[in-house]
Parts: sequence; C-alpha cells; structure tokens
Amino acid sequence: MTMNKIFQNCDVAVADISDGATIMVGGFGSYGGLPINLIVALSRQVAKDLTLIANMGGVGYELSHRIKPGGYQDSGILFENGQVKKFIGSVPALGGMPPTSPLEKLFNEGKVEIETVPQGTLAERIRCGAGGLGGFYTPAGVGTIVEEDKEKKVIDGREYILERPLTADFALIKAHKADSLGNLVYRQTARCFNPVMAMAARVTIVEVDELVPTGQLNPEVIVTPHIYVNRIVEVPR
Amino acid sequence: MKERLNEQTIALRAAREFADGMVVNLGYGMPGLCANFIPEDRTVFFQSENGMLGYGNLAADEEKDYELMNASDQPVTPLPGMCFFDSAAAFDMIRGGHIDIVVLGAYQVSEKGDLANWGRPGRPATGMGGGMDLAIGAKKAIVTMLHTTKDGQPRIVRECTYPLTARGCVSLIITDLSVIEVSGDRLLLKEIAPGWTVPEVQVLTGANLKPARDLKEMEL
Repeated sequence: MTMNKIFQNCDVAVADISDGATIMVGGFGSYGGLPINLIVALSRQVAKDLTLIANMGGVGYELSHRIKPGGYQDSGILFENGQVKKFIGSVPALGGMPPTSPLEKLFNEGKVEIETVPQGTLAERIRCGAGGLGGFYTPAGVGTIVEEDKEKKVIDGREYILERPLTADFALIKAHKADSLGNLVYRQTARCFNPVMAMAARVTIVEVDELVPTGQLNPEVIVTPHIYVNRIVEVPR
Repeated sequence: MKERLNEQTIALRAAREFADGMVVNLGYGMPGLCANFIPEDRTVFFQSENGMLGYGNLAADEEKDYELMNASDQPVTPLPGMCFFDSAAAFDMIRGGHIDIVVLGAYQVSEKGDLANWGRPGRPATGMGGGMDLAIGAKKAIVTMLHTTKDGQPRIVRECTYPLTARGCVSLIITDLSVIEVSGDRLLLKEIAPGWTVPEVQVLTGANLKPARDLKEMEL
C-alpha cells in the first residue's frame, strides 16, 4: 500500500508551511504555469518570514489585468500580506510595467530583500540542488554586478563564475495531469520552471487540472517522476 | 523634425537578418515584433526561455491560449513541429551555443559592444531575466532600440553608465535611424534611414561612427 498523496483542497495541502520556510513557486512569468490556487491558499494562512524562490516576483492582481483579461492572483498577494522577507529570482519586477507591483513597492520601502539571479543561472542552481551537485561554473554574469563576491575561474581560456545550488522546504507546482502516484505531465509553456522546482524541495505540492488513476498516463511522456511529488490537489480550471 | 522609423519597421529590418533554418530568440518588448515579419521564403524556429521551440505569430484575441506564451508574456500561435521543454533545458540551448541569433532590446550599447538592457535609474527592483544568458550564449546578438532616449540622449555610447548585461556581446545595432555593425572596437555605419545624413546621425550618437565603404539607405 503506497502512501495517499491526494489532498482534498489547497488549504489542507499547505497547512503545515510555517514561519521562516523557503518556498519555490513554479511558473515563469504570468498566468500559465503558476500554481495560483496553492499561492492563494498560502496567502490565507499565517506563515511569515518566508523566502520565496520564483522566476518572477508577480505583478499583483491589479496589474495582472494588463496581461490577461479578468486578472488573476500571483505571488504578489504574498508580498501584499507581508509574508515574505526575501525574494530570489530573475525578474523581481517587470521594467515594462509601472513600478506598482506589490514586491517592487515593498522593496522600495525597504521591507523586503531581493537576490537577483540571471534566469538560466536560477534554473541551473535549482537543478543542481535537485541533483545533489555543489554548484556549477557559468559564463553568464561575467563582467557584471552578478560576479561580485563570487569565485571566478578560467576554463579553456573562457571566464566563468561559480554559482551555488538552491533547494527549498516546499515547492508549489502547477501541472496539467497527475496520476494517483504523483507522476506529472504539463501543458505547453506551463511547464517552464515547474519540473526543476518539483525535484528540488523537501515537500513538493502540486495542483493539477486533472487527476487520473495510476496507469492512465503514458509512461513515455511523463515529465516528473512520482518520487518527487508529495501532495496532489485536483483543481479543475 | 525628420521622420524616424517606427518600431514595426525596425522589427521588419531586424527580421531580414534571419536566414532559412535559423534558431532565433526574441527578447522582451520590441524584438517580439520580429515574429510577424519573417520573409516568406524562410523557415525560422523561434525559441523561448520558458521552454518552447518553433512557435508562430503573436496570437489574435480570439485565439489566445495563456498556456502558450512567449517569454514576454504574449500568447503566440502553435506551428506543426513545435516542442516544449523545461526552463533548465531552455537555458542549456541558450548557453550551449544552440541559438543562432538573439534579438534584444537595450538601454545602452557601447562602442565595444557592451550591452546594458535590464536596470535603469529609479527602478532598482527590475531584473535581468534571461538577458545575461542570451547575450553570452547566442552565436550572434542583435540589438533593436530607439537611437536616443525620450529626452534626446544617445543610447549608443563610448562606455555604458547603466548596469551591464554582458561585455562585448553585441554585433549589430538596428535603430530608428541606422544599422550599425560593431567590429572590433569601432562602430561601422552600414545603413542609414531614408532622408537622414551621416552628420545628422553622428550628432545623436555618443560614440564615433565610421561610415562603411558600402554605406546605403536602409531598404524597407
């Protein structure tokens, strides 16, 4: 008998996320790929002093209408609530948007810390964390502020900087379908950061459009193997 | 005031650089417009940092699917043969030299091809996104931008004063006034917008331009 990973709703699935936890939030930028219902559930509970690792800081509900008619919630709500002390990601705020996203406002008031990481470096740091590696050398960021305080190395005549792994206590993930075991498939560009984050957290929580019985997913197209997934919530969109 | 090219026309000119079969990544903002100007006789495979290769035009309102977006958060259309992968794999492609051309926007480009395209005064919370990885990883980096800032300051400069994306990475600059090649430590003026003269463009440029021997009017 395998452990039951299926949770009845998102609130129950995120209930034990507590103060000071490090959370990876899947997705890329806007709507597609964001675990919106898990984010909203986290915003309804009391955990604070969180460290958030995500590609983008979220535009917040108000600006989201510029991206998708009707708007949507994103990580912005967690900043609005004052639940986050530090953000790690490649696009804390979008330069093409007004400076009114919840994260940017909070940062300008000195109330949140930001670590800005080149996007490819972010993905690879998470993959290193997932795969038990101590880091990697990348040419991205050489000669820029990104190289400050980092070990540099010349390999075959090219300059690289050492980047370290990232892991998390929890990952909040969006997938298209899960089977009962926790195998995942994604839909189109909603895949993005979700598979690497699913592999890099102690507890990975996924919201899916559809939950199917084990054996119903074609083993050839499964992207995330079930051992990386701890909790599944079905939220039809 | 003389007429300058609009953003659509700059994108059209940039898209002429795409050869048949190339893999091309389009940066945030104006570069995204290039997807709509592929010369008819060519197939170009657009790659996107969120994990997509081989997408089509920007989607019209009635066909928008918000799980089929480019890296600028714009819905696009599917094409036969397109494929999806995760962000880590997308950046293996990018850093690993598998992208033929990246088209990036910029705040400043220096005469040595240094690029500044992510941070500007008053907006300390904006980030570089995938720009640093793309600038060092693509075989060729093209910048499309307006020649000057809103208040008339040159964006092509001797040294960048804005935070750098990468050093010496830009090889071609396409603006509303000109096409400029970065060759070694000098800027070669290759093409000039209709109705403009070399001295007029030079005055709006913060570094020395060397007119190419085959300097011509931009063909649009």
